[in-house]
Amino acid sequence: MFLGHPNEKPFMKTVNRVTISRPTMTAEKKRDVFSGMPTPSSPKRSGRRVYMVAGGVTKFAKAHPGMDFRLMAKRSFDQARAAVPNLTLNMIDGTRISYFSDHFTRQLKASSMVQDYLGLNPRGSVRIEWGGATGGENIQAAYEAVASGRMDVCVATGFETMSRVPTWKGNEFIALASDTNFDFPLGGFYTGYYALMVQRHIYEYVRRKKFAHITDEREAQRKAIEYGTKVMAMVSVKNHKNALTNPYAQYPKDLNVNDVLSSEMVSYPLTREQICTMSDGAATVILTSEERAKELADDAVLIKGVGCGTDTMRLADRPFGKVILMPHEKASDYADLDYPGVHSFRAGRAAGMEAYGHAGITNPNKELDFIELHDAYSSSEIQTYEDLGLCKYGEGYDFVESGAPFLKGVDYGFPTPKAGMIPVNPSGGLIACGHPVGATGIMQGVFALWQLQGRIGEKFGSPRLQIPHARRGAIHSHAGTGSAVTVTIMESTKQR
Amino acid sequence: MAERKLFKSSKFQEVNAAIKKDGAAIFVDKEGHENLIIDNPYAIRYIHSYAEDSPFFLGLAQGKLLGTKCGPCNYVFATPRGNCQFCGEPTTWVDLPLRGRVHTWTTCHFGGEAFLKETPYNLAMIEFDGANSVLLARLKDCKEEEIYVGMPVEARFNPKPQYSITDVWFVPADTDSPKARRK
Repeated sequence: MFLGHPNEKPFMKTVNRVTISRPTMTAEKKRDVFSGMPTPSSPKRSGRRVYMVAGGVTKFAKAHPGMDFRLMAKRSFDQARAAVPNLTLNMIDGTRISYFSDHFTRQLKASSMVQDYLGLNPRGSVRIEWGGATGGENIQAAYEAVASGRMDVCVATGFETMSRVPTWKGNEFIALASDTNFDFPLGGFYTGYYALMVQRHIYEYVRRKKFAHITDEREAQRKAIEYGTKVMAMVSVKNHKNALTNPYAQYPKDLNVNDVLSSEMVSYPLTREQICTMSDGAATVILTSEERAKELADDAVLIKGVGCGTDTMRLADRPFGKVILMPHEKASDYADLDYPGVHSFRAGRAAGMEAYGHAGITNPNKELDFIELHDAYSSSEIQTYEDLGLCKYGEGYDFVESGAPFLKGVDYGFPTPKAGMIPVNPSGGLIACGHPVGATGIMQGVFALWQLQGRIGEKFGSPRLQIPHARRGAIHSHAGTGSAVTVTIMESTKQR
Repeated sequence: MAERKLFKSSKFQEVNAAIKKDGAAIFVDKEGHENLIIDNPYAIRYIHSYAEDSPFFLGLAQGKLLGTKCGPCNYVFATPRGNCQFCGEPTTWVDLPLRGRVHTWTTCHFGGEAFLKETPYNLAMIEFDGANSVLLARLKDCKEEEIYVGMPVEARFNPKPQYSITDVWFVPADTDSPKARRK
């Protein structure tokens, strides 16, 4: 028997050779696997209050051959500074600078050159790198610098210049962020890894739940994939259409579900329109202490909570244990589920719980007005709804069909009855905005800042994406197959 | 010294094609700036040690699939690791069965540049009786539409080992196709 798979039911008759029997991994052992997890009620020493006062972002593009990384970072920094005219360079105590891959830059210690270009030597700085979560991690590093009292004003800048190699070489570079002994030589392809994850997700939650009544195993699995990918396509439609009025987005598109499903197959069942692209871009946010925030802006946004989680680099190492429960869940909800397996992001759950605990959030759907999350793939957006507790594990597909993560008042071409409940990726997310890795998580911070300041209309030239009365939002940054995730909760301080 | 005449365009794709041929070209951006773009190749030979993972790759060359076991946790890793991820204790090597089942799968129609010539290829995570975790491998001798979660598979080994994870792959078990029987 496959021991990691304790509660698997035997297969149906068409696959008669397969018998997967009961567990030997005891409940006690499962608990051990997750001992020490934070819970939402765990006390938090948060240090000083930290505010985001300004942000800037370059347009994300396939290539910016007219700007190197220094200039892109500088332009995003200049845009952020323009929003806080009282901020002089003298008031800045230091920086955190992020980019993902030295392979793309082919310039080691590129952060030093950015620091130089921003005019901030000899202040303290350090490079932040944490895979796809590099940008989110950078914001939290800047947060820590201010919360600890080390700095009163810290600039977080991130960039990536991915256009310097052809797309498929770029995929190879990204896949070097998988185990190079065991994973990389099989295809060097992250989309493949995410396809493996969503295939299992569909199996666990669609085949074994929605299509449990179908006895022919292969037919049931095919139908489950067909249904799952249709729902994934709805996410792609949402993000592409949201971006239609985001001038910073790389690929705003007016698409329908069929366009998404019939686009080129990249790694079954992920088609091209369900996958983010490579980009050039940079983004900056400026974080300050309360005192400085009051001097600089009347609409500073409070960093209300931070969380970070991790998991094994190799998908194959992920354990099959118990769900780390959030307040809306009971152990009995998941009696026959092995977690995280390769279907869910344990790091996302851990990051969400830490951040919610810090911010005092117990019901994210009610206590958050929007989320900008790391939708590198349409599938990972659905998986992330579940990790972040917007719905229970297994309910992600229903959650999309309910319309809850869609914007109110936008015609997506299909019914979205609960639209506006908790808009996810109102900016268009990675799928439509692009993914210059080191900038991406910071871009989310910039868009969330503008939402909470009520400045989307001013910044985007159209109020379409402004969420009315947005008071609190979350940003979520995610690294390779969920090996690291950050969640940051932001809250407006100005009555609007 | 005569200045070399460089290809000039506002289309980046054209510039990219030109630098492959001539080594350099000029890209004119929207603001009218002329950006000099050069071809800048990069190749390197790494001296890569498998270190504590070595027995696994040596095992593949002998037609063996090795996992590791953590005694205190009674946990078998189908993708071997030298130390347990739960308690940190050193693991010991164990033989894995050569038969398993597909835990999840995909067919890649693209890949990293070095792998494009191999597309389409199937990836599968394989679960084994007696193991607690899974192994990622290529799945061969079957078409996309034939693969399903739970499919029984068996290992095949490269008779000319390259000392890579690709020295092992899986094929559908119990098929009569001559391909599946191929060594």
